[in-house]
Amino acid sequence: MNLRANFHKKLGDFTLDVRLEAGEEITSILGASGCGKSMTLKCIAGIEKPDRGHIELNGRVLFDSEQGIDLPPQRRGVGYLFQNYALFPNMTVRKNILCGAHGSGSRAQREEKLRQMLHLFRLEGLEDHRPSQLSGGQQQRTALARIMISEPELLLLDEPFSALDAHLRDALKIEVKELLRGYGKTVLMVTHSRDEAYNMSDRVGVMNDGTLLAVRPVKELFADPGTVQAAVITGCKNIANAKWAGPHEALVPEWGITLQTAQELRRDLTAVGIRAHYFRPGGTQNAFPVVFAGEMEEPFETIQQFRYVGQAEGSANIWWRLAKEKRPQQFPATIGIAPVNVLPLYEAQPADAVFPHGTESEEGR
Amino acid sequence: MDWYPLYNSLRIAAVSCVLVFFLGIFFAYYASKLPRLIKGVLDVILTLPMVLPPTVCGYFLLLIFGIRRPVGAFLAQHGIRFVMTWYGGILAASVVAFPLMYRTARGAFESFDETLAYAGQTLGLSNTYIFWRIRMPACRQGILAGTVLAFARALGEYGATSMLIGYTPGRTATISTTVYQLWRINDEAGAMFWVLVNLAISTVVLLAVNMLETRQKRMR
Repeated sequence: MNLRANFHKKLGDFTLDVRLEAGEEITSILGASGCGKSMTLKCIAGIEKPDRGHIELNGRVLFDSEQGIDLPPQRRGVGYLFQNYALFPNMTVRKNILCGAHGSGSRAQREEKLRQMLHLFRLEGLEDHRPSQLSGGQQQRTALARIMISEPELLLLDEPFSALDAHLRDALKIEVKELLRGYGKTVLMVTHSRDEAYNMSDRVGVMNDGTLLAVRPVKELFADPGTVQAAVITGCKNIANAKWAGPHEALVPEWGITLQTAQELRRDLTAVGIRAHYFRPGGTQNAFPVVFAGEMEEPFETIQQFRYVGQAEGSANIWWRLAKEKRPQQFPATIGIAPVNVLPLYEAQPADAVFPHGTESEEGR
Repeated sequence: MDWYPLYNSLRIAAVSCVLVFFLGIFFAYYASKLPRLIKGVLDVILTLPMVLPPTVCGYFLLLIFGIRRPVGAFLAQHGIRFVMTWYGGILAASVVAFPLMYRTARGAFESFDETLAYAGQTLGLSNTYIFWRIRMPACRQGILAGTVLAFARALGEYGATSMLIGYTPGRTATISTTVYQLWRINDEAGAMFWVLVNLAISTVVLLAVNMLETRQKRMR
């Protein structure tokens, strides 16, 4: 693994606890605003200092509290794309990009690299524009070009698309993903958007109140989030406490039902989740009588809200999301769910230690 | 026509302005990075000359640099006398003008988007480069405003200057002390002349600043 980070930092009312490995791929940290995602990147870049821990990149130690190593950001070889891109407002596109190559090689070499970057990031003709004259997408490409010309070993992306208009976002996601693939280095991105995490990354770790949960392949995480926190952040709308009632049976008191699951359950089951897309009207598996409770329309989908007959008072309505053209004329009397789509959820466990040798002694102190 | 007060005022204001420019920026930059408590205390001390009557500032300067005081006596042994010398006027004007530069520059530094500095660091730019080429240009509105205010204040300084260097025609006279002296001896025409000179300088300075600002805005 190219990046290994294992550190702690006290932050107001919670502690940042990061154990992370990332290879030559795009890894995302997915979490709500204010959960410590950006702080994690800042610690890796050397802008903020962890209280203790160890960070290494391609075998180089960037930070180690025990050895007293704390390289300044200038010497870490880490590129950082800020949420607002942080282009220097007093410099043109050309000068901004050249800042990334400052003091490297001859003038001619820098000019040549600049030319390549302008071409790669489709900024030709904009050399003499100032950041304020650029569109959001152009600003982002300028910021990326400025980072790429400095040839970092690791690229950190902090909410890279949040400053863009929604209609630009999808096009740019594809474009940036292609650029990053071609770049072939380690990329670590933080985002609060499950769509961005899903579109862009190979692996995703969920961060909850400063604690980074296990980093897993993106499809696996969305198919089986495993914890309530991961289920919520990956967009699972229906979550209720549950108890183990058998190897494939989960008792959900809040909904007054017992669900069959495809996965074998552990006895420490705490909750189950059902994604809003997966309900089947009139299905035979896990089918229970329901009553209609409301509807919310979206541009292309509709959310049908219902309650199980016998559902506890005060519990939230169940969300069933389907394409508008599939909207039932008559609301079904029973709604089923395939056992494979009942997601068992357990207590959150922090990510496994990535430094088996160092972690024990650190935990002991 | 004795143009000495104009010459003396301009050189005092110019030298104090340069001094105050660097000192103000230095203190403003480091104060904006200090922990809150120390910053609060330092802030009071550094701003005090702005709210104290200039004569009180002058009195304190005499307490320190008077030739019978320890510091003043020590300096006098080495040939430096701030009392009754033209360059004593630099000291007086600098002390009074400093808070204007310090406070405006500090305000500008505090509103600076620190991510720009972080971005510079991660790109490998030295902290010196970041300070002079990124932070200063981004804060130039506030710094320019502070410099102009400091220059104008130094040019018009009267209270502390008259306490420390008095009024000696051809040696320590400045525009403001000359206006007072001429008025005192009933030379109204002479006083009015220097008042107009002062007005002219101030107007030119302010016009220049306004033009500079509009040009910069157009550039962006």
